Amino acid sequence: MATLIQFAYVVSAALFILGLKNLGSPATARKGNLISASGMLLAIVVALLDQGIVEYQFIILGILVGGVIGAAVARLVAMTAMPEMVALFNGFGGLASLLVGWAAITPLAGTITLVTVVLSVLIGGLTFTGSLIAYGKLSEVIDGKPVMFKGQQIVNSLIVLSILGSAVMFCLEPSNSQWLYLVIGLALVFGVMAVIPIGGADMPVVISLLNSYSGLAACAAGFAINNNILIVAGSLVGASGIILTQIMCKAMNRSLGNVLFSGFGSVTDDTTEVEGEVKPISVDDAYYVLEAASNVAIVPGYGMAVAQAQHVVKELQELLEQNGCEVNYGIHPVAGRMPGHMNVLLAEADVSYDQLLEMDDINPRMENVDVCIVIGANDVVNPAARESESSPIYGMPVINVDHARTVFVLKRSMASGFAGIENPLFYKENTRMLFGDAKESIGGLIREFE
Amino acid sequence: MVPAEVFLTFILMLSIFLGFELINKVPATLHTPLMSGANAISGITLVGAVSLAGTGQQDLANWLGAGAVALASINVVGGYMVTDRMLAMFKKKEG
Repeated sequence: MATLIQFAYVVSAALFILGLKNLGSPATARKGNLISASGMLLAIVVALLDQGIVEYQFIILGILVGGVIGAAVARLVAMTAMPEMVALFNGFGGLASLLVGWAAITPLAGTITLVTVVLSVLIGGLTFTGSLIAYGKLSEVIDGKPVMFKGQQIVNSLIVLSILGSAVMFCLEPSNSQWLYLVIGLALVFGVMAVIPIGGADMPVVISLLNSYSGLAACAAGFAINNNILIVAGSLVGASGIILTQIMCKAMNRSLGNVLFSGFGSVTDDTTEVEGEVKPISVDDAYYVLEAASNVAIVPGYGMAVAQAQHVVKELQELLEQNGCEVNYGIHPVAGRMPGHMNVLLAEADVSYDQLLEMDDINPRMENVDVCIVIGANDVVNPAARESESSPIYGMPVINVDHARTVFVLKRSMASGFAGIENPLFYKENTRMLFGDAKESIGGLIREFE
Repeated sequence: MVPAEVFLTFILMLSIFLGFELINKVPATLHTPLMSGANAISGITLVGAVSLAGTGQQDLANWLGAGAVALASINVVGGYMVTDRMLAMFKKKEG
């Protein structure tokens, strides 16, 4: 029976891999998710046949409670709230691995098992509290600004040293559970300390990294209980999170260390020269320009999510297309609060995915664009990243919206953005500012077209 | 006989490399569903948790296992369902 279970795990690992492979294209992605889910179902069913299981009431109760909560969340969550949901799920995954690692301690456990127990408890614990803080910041339950205080690095170093110390003591003296409780407590504290100094705009990096940790925690728990499938699935998730983290860091031209240890916006020696004046435009005038345009690019940012403007944007796109205009979207990797955030919102509004272009695809086309509409994006379209060496974001790859013939920037007011970085785009010769709520401004344009 | 840890580390190494190859091919437009799908897969801890929750010992490990079953079930059920909901929205315009 045990051999049969192990073979079933091999099949389910293959299904996970096939599922991820199918995620390589939007056309097959939904099928891929179903393949992956069937791999999971198989693994769970055979796990229930384990001979060590003598009673099922706790298992059934747990699956029912968890399943109902999970299903409810999945049905009810708004697409704009996807980043905080993923953050919360990362946390649950971490806590589950912490509990499994903890429960795996037996009086007979050898040193290697104890080390893996410590790893799963440690990674699981910091993933849990770190994710809760990320959830709080993303859902704006707590302030999104970086929390910095004097001596922060010293406090954090002391916590890391204490974790190492108590982890070693636990492995040497496993019968004394005080050491284990100390590791758990410190891991939970460290998760909080690691995420509080990170600002809202850096959240795409943090949730990618926590996503990776939740996988690595499952992996460590797999070692602790000697289970192959946990290791395979956990490391697939771990790899996925690390790749996304790398992509996000590269898109901000910052190292992971810089994101984790320095609050964004702490750099204030920005001497970017801003020339020219801000030229506002009315909805009427904007309509005449758009009416004459034959090629329009739309560049969305977090502001589009906040204003819930994705549906009106799609309406405007249809009207422009009926007018014989070509419309594309340019999406920066770090636009929004998580990787791919904008794509999901636009997909929700029924925008065809082949119109969603990545930064490297839209930039060469920008010269032929008559009007580029920037909706709630700021840093990711800032030409200072190319032109001004003193800008804190100098060197970051941006979407070159200023290369379009005309740029419309939809913005609430001239108040500086989250990071407080000057944006020369607003002062450029070919830029027109359309002030007001993005959803209302676009609504106004739509009424003009009709 | 090769010790179990060596064997498990071997599997770990291969799956990390495989993971990198697979995920690098996922286009940026699908990164959010990829993350929620990864949430679901990390619910694999459920497989480990059920054997701990079903020992019938009524001890600490048993309770911890039951808690882990509930948490991992949230990830598995919620993760796959929300990923499916998102992926169903990704459509290509006809014609």
